[in-house]
Amino acid sequence: MVPLREASDEELAEISERRQLALNLEEMRAIQRYYRRLGREPTDVELETFAQTWSEHCVHKTFKGVISYEGEEIDGLLRSTIARVTRELSPEWCFSVFEDNAGIVDFEGDYAIAFKVETHNHPSAIEPFGGAATGVGGVIRDVLGVWGEPIANTDVLCFGPLDYPYEKLPRDVKHPRFIFTYVVAGIGSYGNNIGVPTVNGAIYFDEGYVGNPLVYCGTLGIVKKSKYKRSARPGDVLLLVGGRTGRDGIHGVTFASSELEEGAEETFGTAVQIGDPIEEEKIKRAILQVREEELGSAITDLGGGGLSSAVGEQAHRFGCGARVHLERVPLKYAGMKPWEIWISESQERMLLIVPPSNLERVLEIFAGEEVEATPIGELIPEPRLEVYYRGEKVAELDMDFLFSGLPRVKREARWSPPELEEPEFEMRDLGEELHRLLAMPNIASKEEVIRTYDHEVKAMTVLKPLQGVAWDGPGDAAVLKPLRNSWRGIAVSCGMNPLYGKIDPYWMAASAIDEAIRNNIAVGGRRIALLDNFCWGNPEKPENLGGLVRAAKACYDIALAYGTPFISGKDSLYNESPLGAVTPSLLISALGIVEDVRRAVSMDFKERGNYIYLLGETKPELGGSHYYKLRGFLGTSVPGVEPSRARRTFEALTRAIDLGLVKACHDLSEGGLGVALAEMCFSGGVGAELCLEAVPVSQEMRADFILFSESNSRFLVEVEPENAGQFEALMKHVRFARVGETSGGELVVSYRGEELLREDIGELKRSWQRGVAL
Amino acid sequence: MRLAELRVLVLRSQGTNCDAETAHSIRETGAGAEVVHVNKLLRGRRSLEEFHALVLPGGFSYGDRIRSGAVLAKLLASRLRRELQSFVEEGKPVLGICNGFQVLIETGLLPFGEVGEPMLALAKNASARFEARWVHLLRGAATPFTEKLPRVSRMPVANAEGRVVLPLGREQRLLEELEENNQIPLRYCSPQGALAHGEYPLNPSGSFADIAAIATPEGNVMGMMPHPERAFHRYMYPDWTRNGAQGKGDGYRIFQGMLEYAAGRL
Repeated sequence: MVPLREASDEELAEISERRQLALNLEEMRAIQRYYRRLGREPTDVELETFAQTWSEHCVHKTFKGVISYEGEEIDGLLRSTIARVTRELSPEWCFSVFEDNAGIVDFEGDYAIAFKVETHNHPSAIEPFGGAATGVGGVIRDVLGVWGEPIANTDVLCFGPLDYPYEKLPRDVKHPRFIFTYVVAGIGSYGNNIGVPTVNGAIYFDEGYVGNPLVYCGTLGIVKKSKYKRSARPGDVLLLVGGRTGRDGIHGVTFASSELEEGAEETFGTAVQIGDPIEEEKIKRAILQVREEELGSAITDLGGGGLSSAVGEQAHRFGCGARVHLERVPLKYAGMKPWEIWISESQERMLLIVPPSNLERVLEIFAGEEVEATPIGELIPEPRLEVYYRGEKVAELDMDFLFSGLPRVKREARWSPPELEEPEFEMRDLGEELHRLLAMPNIASKEEVIRTYDHEVKAMTVLKPLQGVAWDGPGDAAVLKPLRNSWRGIAVSCGMNPLYGKIDPYWMAASAIDEAIRNNIAVGGRRIALLDNFCWGNPEKPENLGGLVRAAKACYDIALAYGTPFISGKDSLYNESPLGAVTPSLLISALGIVEDVRRAVSMDFKERGNYIYLLGETKPELGGSHYYKLRGFLGTSVPGVEPSRARRTFEALTRAIDLGLVKACHDLSEGGLGVALAEMCFSGGVGAELCLEAVPVSQEMRADFILFSESNSRFLVEVEPENAGQFEALMKHVRFARVGETSGGELVVSYRGEELLREDIGELKRSWQRGVAL
Repeated sequence: MRLAELRVLVLRSQGTNCDAETAHSIRETGAGAEVVHVNKLLRGRRSLEEFHALVLPGGFSYGDRIRSGAVLAKLLASRLRRELQSFVEEGKPVLGICNGFQVLIETGLLPFGEVGEPMLALAKNASARFEARWVHLLRGAATPFTEKLPRVSRMPVANAEGRVVLPLGREQRLLEELEENNQIPLRYCSPQGALAHGEYPLNPSGSFADIAAIATPEGNVMGMMPHPERAFHRYMYPDWTRNGAQGKGDGYRIFQGMLEYAAGRL
């Protein structure tokens, strides 16, 4: 028993602190009132249950709370922005959104595709190999947790600059080079071992990630809708399957809901878990067999909060209670306290709910795969969570209070534009500038990393992350063919622009959505669904939250205008270190349908003598661009998005792809036209001649700005001359122009008769391949 | 015997992860394939004798603990020694892909067809990294598995331990013996078919003498590092958007060769 009823506010705060509960005073008071009503003191198991159930990580209080922003009262940011897009669009092809472990959309017939993206930032900052590996393992379990068969992984990573000076590193902050090396190794190790291909991703470097790297892990899976069982009821058995429970991963969720302070390694050393991909592979086999035989009534993964979270949420979902006997949980070693067993986040564990009549067969399936499966309790009709240990009741909680007693968070949000100005500088030699841009770490080839990930296991990866004549060009999106007997495919892409957020998070979010969608469109994707993953600093600081609100508002405006629903998302707040808040980062992942994978388009130029078209308008939007960054500026002219015009471009391009008119297509992103064109050239081993004056611009612009502007919603397209008429007719409502032709072994750019740049494509490729070494 | 009557065993264990696509490749080639867990063989519930061919697919059997493929190999060599040996001696085809190649080396079946102590090893890649990339392969010694391949074929490798290492001091002698016995069916080469001579990334692992596959002198047992099941169709190629998506790929020819051989001898 923990004496709580008579505690003063100071004592309440002290209890929360000492036990690493990460509960604020108001929440502690609510718990105190609950026990005063009950007339008893809480047990340690009960307090821990509150701490994890009410943690930011599990309940997303900020996104569900009340936020006051510029005189506006936002009642639930998630509900009034991101989820609202899906509600207002309500496409019939959304099978399950925002309610399960992963978003699920229809694919073909009984088959649907599940997609989930998670972050594992704090564990990766402390122990990058284990943190990243268990990030992969965790999100794969999310897909298993919707009865899905995992078929592909994605990963997006953010690190400090690899050449960051050691002497500037604060104590307890690991060097970006070390974190980069071991995060990549961890992701490769888990994905390769479990046999799920890593097919799409990105890597960003920025000073803002030195103290707090970001590790986004995503998994896609195949779901059979007829076997998606969610029908548990009282009397059903709670079956814990997989690895044994140990002290690893205690307080993971409260760790994730705190800032990374000096000494975090000592305080939260137990919060980092250890992964075992082979164990999870076996679990996967058994679960898919249980799915096939329809023996389970529900399933969920054990992630943040361990058993406490999994059991509580499942019982709550089915409107009943649960009784658990902790001594039945198989342990790695003796000596664990009941509360430790209850909230441990040991990896590779899942909770199945099984009607008693099916239990014997389910146990046989797990034994056949050499996986431990242990009945640890059952669902009960009373709305109570009862936890026993060796016959003694160690917790009895009212489900209703546990899941709705959390005082709603009220937060202040403020945003004021940063004081920045548009730079003035002279244009230098554009050939040299292009070489430098290609070698910038955010733009440079990530081939060394990609080749350490198995991206073809399962033999479904049709359009690979590396494309072109030498199999090394940077693809816009991966295309998978998930079913053996169908040509239908899925396109997986992402978008992220941390630099834009330093100017305005609204346009950062808008640009990330645009980028994820246009990457998907570029390979032939359509009917696109989105996932959002916010990584932000402490939301209790109004200026952090203000940026978050702006980004969420952009998600609503832009995704609605594009007709692309959000199907799943996650926020990771409290990304702060002794170096301050992380660069506010929003990852948008996109899942599109490709009607026939044989019509998918890669980004490499195919032949000499073809026409090059530029779709979309180029504006003087270089704020946050890599060209400005190269010259040491940030600027203010962050790229905007005009959804109605962009949508026309997307739709026309999709028609052109379907008609087979597009030989190559590449989206314009970091480094703009110049970088995209160079990439298409050296990936295809084909040069190009470009006339800058032909580029459709919104106003008179400098040549270097036309070449390196990062305006959104633009594509470069290669078309054979004999198809030019048909292609141009399709584009008649689109701002576009023919800007050049493919040619020999050089990239030549001219402007009003003057040659600005003439570079050998092999040399450009060498610059691009030099940028990031593993 | 007709291809369709063949029954091929695709053997899996903890950590095998290429069994589904490998079995599917066999079925698409026209034979029957069944994925069976090694425990079923060990417990006597299923038997090797039921099958006309054995394929050990890729993955990380038993987490590659100790060494790649070592645990599964020891299980097979200690508990199924007689069955495995007679399967091989009957001339039935045995194909090991990636981790399966590692298993065949660890059982001793490669290179000389005798279950026993391993005579060579698949060591960590010279790059000290996992290498997922497409390679060019030069056809060498004739085996049933490789006879349908063009002179230069393409398939992907994906491994961290693919470097063939021969016993120290005896490399040249053993190499000569393997060459004389026609035991090196595939070597890493350039797109034009010139041997890689150890050059990275043409030879992605730094494998000795560019060896990508090894067979027994009789030719009915072969291990290979590249993954034929990932090069089964042209649309799986990394540059199909340039060269077309229609038709079967080089990987198909491996399965076709194996199955036609198996059908022909019955």
